[in-house]
Amino acid sequence: MGDYLIYTDPTKCVACHSCEVACKAKNHVPAGATLGKIVVMGPGMINGSPAMSSLFVPCFHCEDAWCMNACPVDAIRKSDENGLVYIIRDLCVGCKACILACPWHIPQWDPDAGKAMKCDMCMDRIEEGEEPACVAACPTNALQFGEPTRLSHQSREDYAFKLLKRNPRK
Amino acid sequence: MKKKIYTLCFMCSVRCPIAVVVEDDKIVSIEGNPHVPAMKGVCPKGAAAVGWLDDPQRVQAPMIRTGPRGSGQWKKVGWNEALDYTADRCKEIFAQYGAKSAVYCERVNLVTDLSKTFLKAIGSPNYFSHDTICKGSINTACRSLIGYTDGQITADWSNARQVILYGRNVFESVEVKAMNALLDAMGKGTKLTYIDPRVSITAAKAHNYMMIRPGTDLALNYALMHVIIKQHLYDVQYVDRWVEGLHRLSAFVDTYTPEWAEVETGIPAGEIIRLAKEASRAKPAVVFHYGYRGSHHPTEIYFRRSIMMLNALMGSIESPGGIVIKKGPKDAGLDAGIRKFSDQEFPPMEDARRFDGCGQDKFPIADAAHGVGAMFPSAVLNEDPYPIKVLFAFRFDPLYSNFDYQQSLKALQKLDLIVSCDINFGGTTSLADVILPESLFLERSDPLQMGAGLKPAVNRRIACIKPRYDTQPMWWILKQLAERLGVGEYFPYETIEDIWQYQLADMGIGIEAFEEKGFVSLSDKPIRWDRNDGIKFKTPSGKIEFTSSLLEDNGFPSFPPYEPLEVSDDRFRLMVGRCIAHTNVMTQNNPYLNELVPENRLWINAKRAAALGVNDGETVAVSSSAGEGRIRAFVTDMIHPEAVFMLHGFGHREPESRRSCGRGMADAEVQEAIMDNVGGSPALDHTLVSVSKL
Ligand code: SF4
Ligand code: SF4
Repeated sequence: MGDYLIYTDPTKCVACHSCEVACKAKNHVPAGATLGKIVVMGPGMINGSPAMSSLFVPCFHCEDAWCMNACPVDAIRKSDENGLVYIIRDLCVGCKACILACPWHIPQWDPDAGKAMKCDMCMDRIEEGEEPACVAACPTNALQFGEPTRLSHQSREDYAFKLLKRNPRK
Repeated sequence: MKKKIYTLCFMCSVRCPIAVVVEDDKIVSIEGNPHVPAMKGVCPKGAAAVGWLDDPQRVQAPMIRTGPRGSGQWKKVGWNEALDYTADRCKEIFAQYGAKSAVYCERVNLVTDLSKTFLKAIGSPNYFSHDTICKGSINTACRSLIGYTDGQITADWSNARQVILYGRNVFESVEVKAMNALLDAMGKGTKLTYIDPRVSITAAKAHNYMMIRPGTDLALNYALMHVIIKQHLYDVQYVDRWVEGLHRLSAFVDTYTPEWAEVETGIPAGEIIRLAKEASRAKPAVVFHYGYRGSHHPTEIYFRRSIMMLNALMGSIESPGGIVIKKGPKDAGLDAGIRKFSDQEFPPMEDARRFDGCGQDKFPIADAAHGVGAMFPSAVLNEDPYPIKVLFAFRFDPLYSNFDYQQSLKALQKLDLIVSCDINFGGTTSLADVILPESLFLERSDPLQMGAGLKPAVNRRIACIKPRYDTQPMWWILKQLAERLGVGEYFPYETIEDIWQYQLADMGIGIEAFEEKGFVSLSDKPIRWDRNDGIKFKTPSGKIEFTSSLLEDNGFPSFPPYEPLEVSDDRFRLMVGRCIAHTNVMTQNNPYLNELVPENRLWINAKRAAALGVNDGETVAVSSSAGEGRIRAFVTDMIHPEAVFMLHGFGHREPESRRSCGRGMADAEVQEAIMDNVGGSPALDHTLVSVSKL
């Protein structure tokens, strides 16, 4: 995801979809389309008990981005600064090659504008030191935004401290 | 230039503190107010608020009806014309039937003080709020035990170690702060037990889920009390000090054994005993939550009382991690709180009898501050106690909120004048004679809110952007109406700043103080009373009254015997509830929320559906003596066989609201007019319905 990642903590996620709605409101996403999508499994009965889980799926901002490579008019670029992949809307001719090329078909179609649109991880917000709209809107802290290394350190530390606390004297 | 404004949401009645970023009179983002702990993001309704701003399906200007009621034929008019028309019609009607022929209903909000001022000024005793239909019986139950209403207490989620919820679907019917506090506590080991005939999101998050037989929660609680008392699992010292009537309760629950409850509820006796023991081990940091909505069954008040009694037995009322009493300005050491307009001197009322008999003959112990709204349609239709001719429905839709849609519709059709204030065209609004559209909360400032709590604070809603259409704030509308009705003197203000100044006059706080965080905190530390000796219960005895003077002095028993619930082989108990995307019947036409949850479905147990030959996704007919509706089935093993469930709020028929019109079914179509006649709530989950394949 460029230099950034969005983690989902499924124990915290309540499937409220604020992340999706905030994304839509901020990016003026037309009805039916979603840039960042929260995928929820359940609630359902698993071995007699109710269970659920979820995962937030924004654009992955691939290193060698299929969408970018497929675009015939170079409307999709990758930021040198932070590796984020974005569409220059004025250049998009609406051929939908990016939607087809992305292995997860993540770019979305805006029928009113006749153009593709996609998650740019709220580059404008990131530049101002803010989190992406989805993460900022999440009411439960289920979404965490950051550099992959930082998030990895944090999860490992959280896990390790939990273990260490159980046996503080060793 | 971007600006961050701290204000209060009003997509639902929780009114979360939010931070709104604005640039060039446009909303850039809406997030939680970072100065309030546990208030990080917003729920999807808050996130979707902007969807309403430029919505062409909003009520865009004052409207006067030109065609038959509900025809969608309107004339757009200016404010003067709409207000003159409303006042002239009122004058005509009041001249013949008196001002008491007007009933005012609303969703309680920051102008409620002015709504009450308006009624007192014109001389009508007839007020009811949304709260009465939602939770009147919880209010009465709490007052009967501790002298406080449910609105005056809260749960100390962060410090609770055991939380037991009876259909209190905290993760779908949310208060953001509470939800977060509970999730964080669960991250640190708090155990959650969830009891509901249906698997909700909260059930999926709980450690312990019990699929109870619908309507039998009271039996479960009597058995829990039985175990707790017989096995001495209660907080002896606390109960000795604070509880009045333990011996009567003890004798009363003697026969309500876990084995007895197992037959009634379907929950194994062993699990009931285990829950009692687990809760007791965590006491007093235990929350048996009293509920958010409390309008399910005719015994509602006794069920809600039983929950609060369990808290009392755990010693949890006014203990860290338990149920806590909210504190106000006086508790924080101030001499006075917010000054109220409704405390002015008003002329005496000609006739103080209320349409609902609340606090009077019909419902002596229901809370007159909220009324008994469920009585409105029958009062109109039967002209009991007198003819009712005018309805002010302000940001509240009695047509879809009450039971028996057909009865409500008939009552509304019978009125001479319906004045509605709404953001979009709701059921009552589309039947109105005149619509006075209120500005959205992002477009208006409102009177200040006294936020009682462990840390009391005064909160402010302030306009973030200019109104998009020709709409006005309610405090302005009410003053204009009052002036035209000759009672303008009770509205001594011109601007919102005048209102704020009036409200703060006795508090020694200036309005500038709200700039920094959007609120002014009255206490740095949580205010807790000494649970050994300092709890100020507001009952006549100063104690928790298991034997309730409020009930018994008014001829109601404190401990009525449990009446087993009828089992129906061919019908289902209809349950209703909420999802996180919608507020009651108000938000179904919001563009984003409509996209998220566009219609409701009938949850039906897979085995029973198979017996009826009903397949998932198929449209079925649901009927009762009140009426019939059609809805698509959701066939699932996640609901008790005796119940069916649908989300409340759907089945709109307003042609102006094109997204929600004709989507799903209104629960009110089939809910029969059943009440809790003591507590005052309608019994919205008690109707037995038939389900049939088309
Ligand atoms: S749209 Fe698809 S291919 Fe392009 S960067 Fe995102 S995930 Fe990769
Ligand atoms: S906003 Fe947060 S809690 Fe809500 S669905 Fe998205 S990730 Fe889950």
